Amino acid sequence: MSYIRILYKIFELDILAIPGRDMALVGIVFLLLIGITPINPYLLNTLVFASIFAVFAASWDLLYFTGQLNLGHGAFFGIGAYVSAVLSSRLGLPVSVTIPLGALGGIIIGLIICLPALRLRGPYLAIVTLAVPPILKGIVFVFPELTGGELGIFGLPSISDSPIFTYYFCLAVMLISVSIMWKLTDTKSRILRTGIIFCAIREDEISARTSGINTVKYKVLAFVVSGFFGGIAGGLYAHTMKVVGTSTLDFLFSVYPLIWSIFGGAGTIYGSVVGTYILYFFSSQLLIYVPEVRMVIFTAIIVIMILFMPEGISQWIRGKFEISCPRCKIANSAVRKFCRICDAPLH
Amino acid sequence: MQFIISGILVGTAYAVLAIGFCLIWGAARIVYLTYTAFYMLTAYFFYVLCTLIGLNIFLAALLSIIISTLIGIATYRLCIERIRGHETIVILVSIALAFFFEEGIRSIFGSLFRRVPPFISGYQELLGVRVLNQYILAFGVNLALIIGLWLFLSKSKIGLAIRATSQDREIVSLMGISEKKVSAVAVTLGIGLGTVSSVMVAPIYVVEPAMWVPPIAMVLAIVVLGGLGSLKGSLIAAYILGFSECAVVSYLPIGTFVKGAVALLVMIVILFLRPEGMFGVNFEEERL
Repeated sequence: MSYIRILYKIFELDILAIPGRDMALVGIVFLLLIGITPINPYLLNTLVFASIFAVFAASWDLLYFTGQLNLGHGAFFGIGAYVSAVLSSRLGLPVSVTIPLGALGGIIIGLIICLPALRLRGPYLAIVTLAVPPILKGIVFVFPELTGGELGIFGLPSISDSPIFTYYFCLAVMLISVSIMWKLTDTKSRILRTGIIFCAIREDEISARTSGINTVKYKVLAFVVSGFFGGIAGGLYAHTMKVVGTSTLDFLFSVYPLIWSIFGGAGTIYGSVVGTYILYFFSSQLLIYVPEVRMVIFTAIIVIMILFMPEGISQWIRGKFEISCPRCKIANSAVRKFCRICDAPLH
Repeated sequence: MQFIISGILVGTAYAVLAIGFCLIWGAARIVYLTYTAFYMLTAYFFYVLCTLIGLNIFLAALLSIIISTLIGIATYRLCIERIRGHETIVILVSIALAFFFEEGIRSIFGSLFRRVPPFISGYQELLGVRVLNQYILAFGVNLALIIGLWLFLSKSKIGLAIRATSQDREIVSLMGISEKKVSAVAVTLGIGLGTVSSVMVAPIYVVEPAMWVPPIAMVLAIVVLGGLGSLKGSLIAAYILGFSECAVVSYLPIGTFVKGAVALLVMIVILFLRPEGMFGVNFEEERL
């Protein structure tokens, strides 16, 4: 009984008291409940893709949090999709095996990108990472018997026959992977040091090195984790779309996670999830109503967003509803006059 | 023989684009990925003015160069200038802008491949290889642009200011040169080079909304290979990659599919050996 009371106390203090977390909770409960309501199948499918892309965008955001601007993130996604598709269509392996192996492919690409990435940074790194998906695309064209060449691989098995199971499976994968990445980048964590070290590498790599941090190890870790989750997203995409083509290695596919994350709030894993859900839903609606000018509206919004709301929509909303205590730096609801922990006046 | 001649022609075309990009990088210190979107815009303006409206071909070329350079400088002043200090944000905004232009053009003209008429038709026999006259004209104009730019940078006062700005921004400000104005001039000049080269090259290739992606990949490869900010480096790197592309296309059966991949692979291999590129300066604060 007392355990339940302690758990409730934690829930009340750590989640209910902070408006941003309330909203996250409402969002998660909404996503969990919407699968069992008689929802339009097109909308359900949109949500499935949104959760897959949320993993993808969050994995980009993890690298951005570490200060590594990756403009070729589609490489992780594409390799995950292609590895899953090739194993599934050529060897007939089940979905439960191909998706983890796709993630392994993502890890390997992450390690390969690391080789130049460890020596470069800023714009140089961005330009080199930009070159990775076209090279993979070239490799795809070199082995047309294996990869299907220009046509791609089609007729892949789906995750499950029931769309509701697929939805819950993708949602569960999304929630688990995002929580892992969120925890890895949690700068206030007392258990994991990765968050604060990633942050240090982003802010000043040389200082981090002089403080005795093996920055090489942590940068490799960031690329590997990012590649792993990017690969998972790719594998899920392959088995949901049931077709994999070279379009997954297009430049546009590397730009998508960037757009979603920047819109939602880059550098805060949850922000990229919020951004993906909003923008993916929005763009799928635009696809119905104004298909021709969809991307024009989309990109114009992005430019305006970056110029005038650079912190992203999730941070902007948090700024409206939350206020951090000037003394103890704990997040408080904006309507409070005094801090809920240390009673310092908030305004 | 085929491969040597086309290597020279393609390499010169790349060299002009790369030098324009390099100029923007050097003076304004931004990775302006929208750069080749103006290359695409020029081709479309040229198509509209020449094929749809039916203007004289030289007038159409001149007008499309002027219009797209104006759009380029307006974009720079409106969107890029205020965030110039944040390198990664500039990259993001310039990508978004490039896609904005691409999709804008696509929503007006659709994804169809278009053709624009060449300035001069016909072909010549050069050492047993048939070369389109337009190719030779493009080569001549591109070469003239490179030489002209070189003279401009080395002889004129603005050229001196641009070179000084790319060496040390703070000292330039101390010497009473407006670093902001020099950057704007360099961006205009860079975009101008790109648009002129576009008008020359557009009749040879097809005009389509996504035509800006292959050149930007190539230009980035060239500029990184030559060392960011080094004009001499990008000139040499442009020929290296131009020749390698032509060799791949003529000797590999699937060459046209993998030519971009091979160029980028060459870039990554050279970066492995020399992270600062072939002629790059090793900036203390920009490298590890």
